[in-house]
Amino acid sequence: MITVIDLKVGNMGSLINALKFLNIDFEIVDSIENFIDPEKIILPGVGSFSAASSCLFESGFYEAISKEVLGNNVPILGICVGMQLLAEIGFEGGKSRGLGFIKADVTKISRVDKSIRIPHMGWNSLESIDYPIFSDLKANECVYFVHSYEMKLKESISFSTVDHGGEIVAYVNKGHIHGVQFHPEKSQSSGLSIIKNFVMSC
Amino acid sequence: MLRKRIIPIVLLDGFSVLKTINFSRRRNLGSPITVMRTYNTRNVDELILLDIDASSSGRSIDKFTLMDITKECFMPLSVGGGISTIKDIEELLSVGADKVVLNTAALKNPQFINSAANRFGSQCIIISIDVIKTNDKYLVYNKNCEDLELELTDWLLQVERQGAGEILINSVDLDGSLSGGDSALAELAASVVNIPVIYCGGISTPKNAADIAALSVSAVAAASIFHFTEHTPEECRQALSIEGVPVR
Repeated sequence: MITVIDLKVGNMGSLINALKFLNIDFEIVDSIENFIDPEKIILPGVGSFSAASSCLFESGFYEAISKEVLGNNVPILGICVGMQLLAEIGFEGGKSRGLGFIKADVTKISRVDKSIRIPHMGWNSLESIDYPIFSDLKANECVYFVHSYEMKLKESISFSTVDHGGEIVAYVNKGHIHGVQFHPEKSQSSGLSIIKNFVMSC
Repeated sequence: MLRKRIIPIVLLDGFSVLKTINFSRRRNLGSPITVMRTYNTRNVDELILLDIDASSSGRSIDKFTLMDITKECFMPLSVGGGISTIKDIEELLSVGADKVVLNTAALKNPQFINSAANRFGSQCIIISIDVIKTNDKYLVYNKNCEDLELELTDWLLQVERQGAGEILINSVDLDGSLSGGDSALAELAASVVNIPVIYCGGISTPKNAADIAALSVSAVAAASIFHFTEHTPEECRQALSIEGVPVR
């Protein structure tokens, strides 16, 4: 059973459709009262970091998720803003706190070259796919991105990047903690295989 | 490297798919579910779904139609038509839209772009701009806003300042014409703003799509070429690849 956390700021519809299509058993949890002994957690998110952060702290999910992921080693996959929330601090919509599982900040993508457009929106290919979660991807296979803020790592952990006038962190991995900046639920069959791999083998 | 996108646009009159010529003459093309399913199996880069009667009829795009469509839609889906409140956006995202397309509501109240971008993030907000060419000037057109006298470049800058994440430029003059895209319009729009620009209007052949995609725009959208000719989005992507334009 996969526990999908609904912070009320995410694109729940898309992810739910993907999980149903893959025949994956899941529950949607929108309050900590129903957040009991999760086996695996997916933390989706579209929206601004600060809005998601407020929900995380006001709902009590900050403590609840931290307890399960850090205390009980429950695997977690953060998607888009959900990945960004794994960091310590985010600057979108004002400075606010994340879960802090990964030593990193989330800052606005900034490029001197004006031909590099922000948001980073569209299909891009991962520089490294040498991780179990990407086992079904071919080299140069694209996944879908849509974001204006990026994770800047402050510790040495596994990661993969994409090129957008400079490197952008697209995947982070620290033991059982995974985050993808792109949207696997919107990346056609390539993306569906990534969700499946997290559920089955991460 | 970011790839250039080819985006089919599907127009609805509330219930059926249709295609317009110069934004007025119409042809009915059947059920949206069937059309969307075809695009999904064709592995397209992205889809835009617009209910073109929603604003003038004072309603928002039908949620239930959308729920049916998104069940098997594992590609980015942008949805527009009659969106005028934050609640409208919230509802569409909850049933599987990834981005929303604003037009009339943004023209009537540019601040709305800002409120929507603050709430949902800029990346979620596409501003659609319908453009007519008059005396060599590109002007913004909207049938719901009378006496609109707005130059394209002024509106583009305002829209970007308000926090829009992407622009969809539609050439009203070339709509449904299959006579080739307006490269000057595409390049102008993309040069004015630093956010991604999607060009739409008049795309005639895969080669034409590739020529427009080779400009500074981030994506090329089209409808007639996919509805009325044998050409597919896949062929357009191949044409881009042959022309050396980065494509998925």
